[in-house]
Amino acid sequence: MKYGYFPGCSLKGTGRAYEESLLPVLRHLGVELVELEDWNCCGATAYMAVDEGKACALAARNLALAERGGFQQLMAPCSACYLVLNKTQHYLDESPAMRRKVEGALGTVSLKLSRQTPVRHPLDVLLHDVGVEAIRQKVTRPLSGLRVAPYYGCQVVRPYATFDDQANPTSMDQLLKALGAEVVDWPLKTKCCGGSLTGTLPVAGLRLAYLLLKEAKKRGADAIATVCPLCQFNLDAYHDKIAARWEPVRLPTVYFTQLMGLAFGMPAHTLGLQRGFVPLELPAPTAA
Amino acid sequence: MANGNGNNRTSPERRPRIGFYVCHCGVNIAGTVDCAEVARYVGTLPGVVLSRDYKYMCSDPGQELIQKDIAEYKLERVVVASCSPLLHEHTFRTAVEKGGLNPFFFHMVNIREHNSWVHTDRAEATAKARDLARAAIERVARHKPLETKRVPIKPVTLIVGGGIAGIHAALTLANAGKQVILVEREPTIGGHMAKFDKTFPTLDCAACILTPKMSAVGAHPNIRLLTYSEVVKVDGFVGNYKVTIRRKPRYIDEEKCVGCQDCISACVFKQPKFTDEFNEGLGKRKPVYIPFPQATPQVVAIDSNVCLNFRNGPDGSRVVSDKCKKTCVEACGDRNAIDFTQKERFEEIEVGTIIVATGFQAFDAKRLPAYGYGRYPNVFTALEVERMVNASGPTGGHVVLRDGKTEPKTVGIIHCVGSRDKKTNRWCSRVCCMYSMKLAHLIKEHTHAEVYNFYIDIRTPGKGYEEFYNQLLDEGVHFVRGRVGEVTDWAITPEEEGKLVIRVEDTLAGVVRRIPVDMVVLATGLEPRSDAQEVRRLFNMSCGSEGFFLERHPKLAPVSTFNDGVYIAGACQGPKDIPDTVAQAGAAAAEALSLIDKGYVEQEPNTAFVLEDECSGCKSCIPLCPYSAIQFDDARGKAVINEALCKGCGTCVGSCPSGSIVQNLFDDEEIFSEIEGVLAYE
Repeated sequence: MKYGYFPGCSLKGTGRAYEESLLPVLRHLGVELVELEDWNCCGATAYMAVDEGKACALAARNLALAERGGFQQLMAPCSACYLVLNKTQHYLDESPAMRRKVEGALGTVSLKLSRQTPVRHPLDVLLHDVGVEAIRQKVTRPLSGLRVAPYYGCQVVRPYATFDDQANPTSMDQLLKALGAEVVDWPLKTKCCGGSLTGTLPVAGLRLAYLLLKEAKKRGADAIATVCPLCQFNLDAYHDKIAARWEPVRLPTVYFTQLMGLAFGMPAHTLGLQRGFVPLELPAPTAA
Repeated sequence: MANGNGNNRTSPERRPRIGFYVCHCGVNIAGTVDCAEVARYVGTLPGVVLSRDYKYMCSDPGQELIQKDIAEYKLERVVVASCSPLLHEHTFRTAVEKGGLNPFFFHMVNIREHNSWVHTDRAEATAKARDLARAAIERVARHKPLETKRVPIKPVTLIVGGGIAGIHAALTLANAGKQVILVEREPTIGGHMAKFDKTFPTLDCAACILTPKMSAVGAHPNIRLLTYSEVVKVDGFVGNYKVTIRRKPRYIDEEKCVGCQDCISACVFKQPKFTDEFNEGLGKRKPVYIPFPQATPQVVAIDSNVCLNFRNGPDGSRVVSDKCKKTCVEACGDRNAIDFTQKERFEEIEVGTIIVATGFQAFDAKRLPAYGYGRYPNVFTALEVERMVNASGPTGGHVVLRDGKTEPKTVGIIHCVGSRDKKTNRWCSRVCCMYSMKLAHLIKEHTHAEVYNFYIDIRTPGKGYEEFYNQLLDEGVHFVRGRVGEVTDWAITPEEEGKLVIRVEDTLAGVVRRIPVDMVVLATGLEPRSDAQEVRRLFNMSCGSEGFFLERHPKLAPVSTFNDGVYIAGACQGPKDIPDTVAQAGAAAAEALSLIDKGYVEQEPNTAFVLEDECSGCKSCIPLCPYSAIQFDDARGKAVINEALCKGCGTCVGSCPSGSIVQNLFDDEEIFSEIEGVLAYE
């Protein structure tokens, strides 16, 4: 299994723990990732709102690079990248005018878009290409006794529910169960983490993060598992501010790939776990 | 085979005298096509002795014009360029016949649906009309005289589906003295209506108005009721359908069972244990059961999937194990009605007309996980609540939460679940606004709960419906305008603890609201039954894009289908309430009745026949015929087409390797000349 890999800026910055865990875990499962040469910013959701044409061209350059690199599929682990690249593809399919514009822009740098390169999320690949059973077989240190609230955030299932249900996704639930963790069922799987509001309108943004943490704690979770760098940051980085304004709701928020690595027996520091603000504590392994 | 039609091949040497008419259809055609120009052009074509344009060819003066011209100009062929042949081909053929010609010395060109309505460029549309007309002129010159045949109608009607539509249609026909065979898949007739407690807007008891009709069906000398049975095969054609019916074994002799239900009390299962379908799974029943007290026929059924006297056979089907003590047989005693040896049977019946009234299925609320059905116990479907408010239902008429005892203090009813939604079904299900308000009224009456309705629009276009809405407003039922975003058990205030929270944008107040309730009722929409496509194929009907059976014309033939002699009624044609369903059932019965009383149907002569000398007897046409109209004559080694069964689809004609099958009105000469005509360069 070989995929083009589009890390996006987060996985090289605030979300580097995601990349640090994703790469070894996928390698362990026989999935080969080849980083796209000379990739650029996906434009995130903000640029789309400013100038659709330019935003599409920016994102489409990455799709064209994937095509030039001969990749049949492109993996985008960051939720924002995943959404923007998919959205660009939809726009190009639905609007011939937009396609002309973007193809014109790409043409000036000798790039072209002649075919579809499906943009996949690691969750989708793990569940549908690798398979839960293959993952279960690699587990050497089951996460028994760890109660995890699976948190998908908004972008991986909305608006395009390509691999899971929009209102009640379950792909990560299945994955976590295969790792031996106890899955906490909660209704906030796809609620907003606050997004960039934590920067622009902190009271509103932090309140959303606070409500999520509070509910996960209330339902007995030991940790929240996330698939998105921004979600991880918002739920992990503002505990002091949340405690000051509302109440303390300390709870570790980790990438699902970090939990996979732990269950595969990889040492915590090789998975970027030391980077979190609220450390994850695993329950003592039960005597088998 | 001897065939009067089609054997008189015309010689092309002498062109017959052709008259051509182009219709303006007001501005429908003339608005886009230059009709005078088309008439002028066609007048220059060889053989055309007369070419006119006229405002409305279908009008009486238009038809008389054709008749007069035939005599005056000694016309031998006529072409009319106007609308779709579906609408007026018959009109013009009749006019030609009245003028003294064979009605098939006529051809019609569609320059409205195929041209003026779908084009905007006048010059191009006019050119297209000229091309199509030229093709028709070439074709009609080669037309042969044909005869229509009369086929008698068997005066028996098959009705498929025993809901209120099927029941009403059956009684209408039977009361007119006609024989009816009513086939129902379930062990009893009654359909969805039998499950309802009250009907809107009058709030009269559904059972009180339905069960008299059900008993009347059961007792009527002209109705043969086949319950627990399904249609599996339909052969033949209007007036003469051969229908195969599968009689599922109910392990009860319907003639001998008196409906005493002693067997149910005597069953080795002392308590009901199995899912009761009639009560939407809210109640339990035994392996031997009767769906509800007024079931018709009053005959029990044994569910072999759960009865202890059956086990899994080698092929997965259930076979008799004889392991049970059979206390039911003991209780039945001398009546001897229980028969474990019953097998599935197939019965063939002959009918002249068919009414399909197979109804709808309710939208599966699990398809919208945001509303939590199946996830939160106290989210109910409307049908579940219907059963709960019914005195004979699983809770004895009490509206309670899933724990079976707590009455809700607040109830939220969510409208348009699986309706008016691009993600599920786009159509309005028409009945949900009204039944939601009916349930709101009944829930309030039963529990005194506060009831909220969450709606997109309130749709009450029916007699007394708007008044009912106003009554509900007066009763203090709350109406919140907005499509509900989600139902959640996520409490963020103390008042929300332990409740279901309905999150909705109140579009009148312009705020997002969170409304905590004890019970959520999902007003699920109506959709085609999951096997609608199979049923459609069985009866050779069409479905619209949404999957409901398609009527022949949305306004003027609302209960006819494209298959002659097959009619549709009720919610299988589209969502509708009981009054509309009954009206449609009556209409379908009247259509069947008019055919039966006429006594015969005229058959189109566009059938295929085999040129015996050229047929090599390869049999390749036989399995291809969708109407099983081709037989093989072993003695002569030739294929033979039964003219009465042939529908003129042309499949065999195209497939015959030796070109020895010819179809009337579509022989090679006619088709090739038409193609040459349309392609001829000016």
